[in-house]
Amino acid sequence: MPGLVGLLIPLEWAVCLGDGAEHAAFPPGVSSFCSRALLPGVLPTWVNNHLIQAIIGAAVVIAFWLWMAHAQKVVPGRKQFVGEYLYNVLRNTIARDILGHDYRKFLPYLVALFSFILVNNLFGEFVLFMFPTFSKIGYAYALALMSFILYNAAGIAKSGFFGYLKKSTLPAGVPKALWVLIIPLEFLSNFIVRPITLALRLFANLFAGHLVVLVFVVGGTLLLESGQVFLIAAGGVSLIFSFAIFALEIFVGVLQAYIFTVLTAQYVSSALAEEH
Amino acid sequence: MLPLEIVGSMNMLGYGLATLGPGLGVAWIFSSVINGTARQPEARGAMMGTAWIGFAVVEALAIIGIALAFVIQ
Repeated sequence: MPGLVGLLIPLEWAVCLGDGAEHAAFPPGVSSFCSRALLPGVLPTWVNNHLIQAIIGAAVVIAFWLWMAHAQKVVPGRKQFVGEYLYNVLRNTIARDILGHDYRKFLPYLVALFSFILVNNLFGEFVLFMFPTFSKIGYAYALALMSFILYNAAGIAKSGFFGYLKKSTLPAGVPKALWVLIIPLEFLSNFIVRPITLALRLFANLFAGHLVVLVFVVGGTLLLESGQVFLIAAGGVSLIFSFAIFALEIFVGVLQAYIFTVLTAQYVSSALAEEH
Repeated sequence: MLPLEIVGSMNMLGYGLATLGPGLGVAWIFSSVINGTARQPEARGAMMGTAWIGFAVVEALAIIGIALAFVIQ
């Protein structure tokens, strides 16, 4: 089914690679999300402005945590207090509550995951970029793939390959007659639905949010230029209300980063769980 | 008299209907967590763990809805 490609690369290829250089700014739609190649002759076309955004986001996260971890004393100064507070929030509410006693192995990945998603989501409201990186589907799928590899590798390392498959597709106490029904259902739920929904949840939230921002800002600007009094007033109200939409987007960005990290920790915990 | 022609996207209409179930489902899950935490604050950690598993399964339906709304032409 040709439409199934839309599950992997929703909407983008048809619009962005189709016309080439012509991306209308109004009405706001999928063409507003197309990337520009940074240096068309010098660098390959896949080096685009959103890739540089993601790299800068990664560099910010690395620099931030290195700076927080640098020169620590027993009696904390102000910088160390802030760094420890943020680290404690992540460690206590995400890693320790969910993963239990072997949380230390997974804590660096969870902290890095949360920080990276948060920084890239906040780029949607940051002056230099004003575009959330995860509204491009590829970045969401990359992180979902990493989490998928992590929770499966953790389960296989603990129970062996066939032990892990058995444990995850066959809950305890299921009568033999139902095995033919339960095993495909559990396999689908654990190995197919989980990574796809991890990626699509993050992508859809950020994509829809940025689209709403575009409607208010671009629509408000066009109303302001229309020339009739009531439309100019409507444009002004729309632009003022867009600040409330930015606040909502910041909240959604933080929440989606938290949910992605919590679900990854939960999947790892389920993969490592002992039989009751 | 010309018949009335209604144009628009059936996919989006279907998606709008499909958000009913998961919306209620997720609200129900976290309402139970809030009630349970009010009755017994010490059980909060275990309840939140189960809540996230349930949330992921319920929201999968909403995500399948939005994905298929774009995929099916």
